[in-house]
Amino acid sequence: MNKLTNEKIMFNAFKVVAFTIVAIVLGLLLFIFARGVSVLSLDFLTSPPENGMMGGGISSPILGTLLIMCMTVVFAIPLGIGAAIFLSEYTDNVDPRITRMVRLAINNLAGVPSIVYGLLGLGLFVLFMNFGFSVLSASLTLSFLTLPVIIAASEEALRNVPRGYREASLALGATKWETVRNVVLPSALPGILTACILGLSRAAGETAPLLMTGAAYYLPRFSGNILRQFMALSTHIFYMATQSPNPDLTRPIQYGTITVLLIIVLSMNLVAVLVRSYYRRKLR
Amino acid sequence: MKRGSERPIEGALFFSAIVSIIILGLIFIFLLREAIPTFFEISIIDFLFGREWFPASFKNPRFGALPLMMGSFLVVFFAVLIAVPLGLICAVYIAEIADPRLSEIMKPVIEILAGIPSVVYGFIALVLLSGAIQNAFNTTYRLNAFNGALILSIMILPTIISISEDAIVAVPRDYKEASLALGATRWETIRRVTLPSSKSGIAVAIMLGLGRAVGETMAVLMATGNSPLITLNPLSSVQTMTAVIAIEMGEVVFGSLHYHALFAIGLLLFIITFAINFVVDRLIHRGMGVRG
Repeated sequence: MNKLTNEKIMFNAFKVVAFTIVAIVLGLLLFIFARGVSVLSLDFLTSPPENGMMGGGISSPILGTLLIMCMTVVFAIPLGIGAAIFLSEYTDNVDPRITRMVRLAINNLAGVPSIVYGLLGLGLFVLFMNFGFSVLSASLTLSFLTLPVIIAASEEALRNVPRGYREASLALGATKWETVRNVVLPSALPGILTACILGLSRAAGETAPLLMTGAAYYLPRFSGNILRQFMALSTHIFYMATQSPNPDLTRPIQYGTITVLLIIVLSMNLVAVLVRSYYRRKLR
Repeated sequence: MKRGSERPIEGALFFSAIVSIIILGLIFIFLLREAIPTFFEISIIDFLFGREWFPASFKNPRFGALPLMMGSFLVVFFAVLIAVPLGLICAVYIAEIADPRLSEIMKPVIEILAGIPSVVYGFIALVLLSGAIQNAFNTTYRLNAFNGALILSIMILPTIISISEDAIVAVPRDYKEASLALGATRWETIRRVTLPSSKSGIAVAIMLGLGRAVGETMAVLMATGNSPLITLNPLSSVQTMTAVIAIEMGEVVFGSLHYHALFAIGLLLFIITFAINFVVDRLIHRGMGVRG
């Protein structure tokens, strides 16, 4: 009997802790949203920053972030999906030590701090390959950084395709690649889309690597040129909060910028989670 | 004939897979290439154990990494200290105690929270958390190691929760049922059977959380005040290895000693996270051996 009261106390304590943590984080988000939403307007989203970041909108950081996200995905998706197809479908004819090394490398890359990717981007793309501080250098750097995310999620999607699909296709005389292209990839498509969305969302939120590969402190005119510097939402938040001539004056703009960034990132994560859970349920 | 025609495709897929190895190699080569010149001018011992990081001094710049390593250690230590018990409690709650329908909601919520960009957490620490901590502890520094540790612990919680939750759920049903059949309560079963059997998965969760904490840059940079002090006082301002690179790389002359020294810090960081990943890899393989 004593044991059961003890259990009740423990379980309730666990419940309180779990709910408090979720409540704190959600509370912080709501606090930011409440302050950010009042700043948002069509004007804020479509006009460039003015007056040394202390006025105007955030159109150029938004465009910069979108451009970088797109370019990152263009570089990372083909490689990521290719690697995932290899790992899930083609490992039979290859020395298992190579497969093991590839997996080890992917796991390691997933754990490399983003600032170290920034150093690589600076050394390799900005200086060695002479792309300079630019959208191109930043996107290439982020494509390296998002690669492990995309590979892991795509491989999971491919592995979830039932064995019978492949065997049926092979039995009908299709070659291995025909099977992959016409049977496995289409069935894994929702999962692969999830992978791309996760990669996009990761690229949207990254900050440190951008600081080292081409983010500008203040560049109100979006050039659209991939060999030029750029503004991005994430770095804009950082610069306004830490290095603006008057951080308090820019506070409303900061809340607005964070709200826009959070809406972009969280909505993509939400879609990814929904697609994945729908897909898992369907397979069961 | 058909097989032969698929060779180029297989080659391309193989290449995509190898790219990960190439990137890892590139990281190592470029860090080494840019870090090594540091040691033409400073000995490795002076670099690793130098007590002063003062690169801007015109007459006598000093590049001792010790204060930065101490800063990282202090912040990460307290972050892990806070996040591990809280994370485990949440994981146990979601896996074993909560109504399954509630768990089905909480899991994706945590997954989504994991995607909040670190610069947003940094902003929270800088603008909201720091004032609260200063009021509560009456600290000299508004921005300090504890502020960084607190925000970092929130950031690594999703990693710790979701991976240890997976580990707890993976414990075979028979174990729990045997314990319950012997008259143990659910709580006793969790404490004496479920948690001990999932300990290797929980260890992986903690190590991955640790790895994330060590490499985290923006939040820590915005939260800790960035004074390279050697201290064990969590209420003092500190500077971490990640923060020093992010701040100073922007104003450094390329090819200077300062530039190379920042790459040397990056190399150190890479080696530390590589070691953490290695441990994780060992843990996972050992865990598989036991189960399978």
